[in-house]
Amino acid sequence: MIVADKKPIEEIIETVKPYDRILVLGCNECVTVCEAGGKKEVEVLASALRMHFIQQGSKKNFDERTLERQCDHEYLEEIRDIMDNYDAVLSLACGVGVQFMAEKYHTTPLIPGVNTCFLGATEKRGLWTERCQACGSCVLAHTAGICPISRCAKRVMNGPCGGSTGGKCEINKDVDCAWQLIIDRLRDLDRMDEYEIVTPIKDWSTERAGGPRTVAREDVQV
Amino acid sequence: MRLKCPTNFRIIRLPCTGKVDVIHMLRAFEKGADGVFVVGCMEGDCHFKTGNFRARKRVEQVAAILDTVGVGGERVRMYNLSSGEGPLFAQYAIEMDAHIRALGPSPVGTALKAQMTAA
Ligand code: SF4
Ligand code: SF4
Repeated sequence: MIVADKKPIEEIIETVKPYDRILVLGCNECVTVCEAGGKKEVEVLASALRMHFIQQGSKKNFDERTLERQCDHEYLEEIRDIMDNYDAVLSLACGVGVQFMAEKYHTTPLIPGVNTCFLGATEKRGLWTERCQACGSCVLAHTAGICPISRCAKRVMNGPCGGSTGGKCEINKDVDCAWQLIIDRLRDLDRMDEYEIVTPIKDWSTERAGGPRTVAREDVQV
Repeated sequence: MRLKCPTNFRIIRLPCTGKVDVIHMLRAFEKGADGVFVVGCMEGDCHFKTGNFRARKRVEQVAAILDTVGVGGERVRMYNLSSGEGPLFAQYAIEMDAHIRALGPSPVGTALKAQMTAA
């Protein structure tokens, strides 16, 4: 899923200052799971903002709403009839949702309420870690199901590099060396012979380096 | 047991402090409460194992938010006692009452009153 983190309330206080009628808009998907932008976070943030601004004698109004998703036309349409009531939307969706809102409601200022961080997994409550960088051409079949692009600091395709020590990456002793993990798992899978195969230079054109990407599936388009 | 206890607070009963969410405490402050205290079972004695630990974390979150928005995190506290300790409950209530009196009224409550008189 997409993992996001809350923005500091102080930062949000500054960004909402110019507006009086604000819709705090949550998203029911990834940001709910990572406890950054779901219904609960919408309630807490709106309450905190109300308490801050009432002390300034301000008459700001913070309404609360949470959509099933903010990255789909269908759900964003649900608020079309109330959008005229607001000067701005404070969206707690990931960067995708915020941008889709901005495209759809062209004349309404949009404020992001979270920092979108990475594609990752929930290790345990309150701990999310990166697993994929959406390179557009997955190599997990050859790397024992461990991604050298998102989990190796240098993104080396034939690792480990010389900095791997005791299973840890040279960037930080708390970070596992992805290539150590790959070798350990290949060994457990009894597939160490695959490690001998030198992986050719990866085609990075499917990755972000090739500019903004599109997936067009004519087979499902109507 | 007849115990002396301040009468200026409202008791909200819950099956477990694990039921208390951040927003419940914030709503009290938003409505002008001067302080909130959560009273849970002794740590390690939660019938649901971690309810009171969750509550403590949430009280800490509320304190951080109250600090950020200028209300003051010291207005929210968590106490732990066992269900048989009525006198201790009364003592904590007296302590909290004195603590909040020393802090004075919540700025949110004051702002709400000012808004109402202006309206
Ligand atoms: S190889 Fe590419 S697509 Fe596969 S997990 Fe890694 S970054 Fe994601
Ligand atoms: S130590 Fe391992 S994870 Fe770190 S950069 Fe080198 S190969 Fe990659």
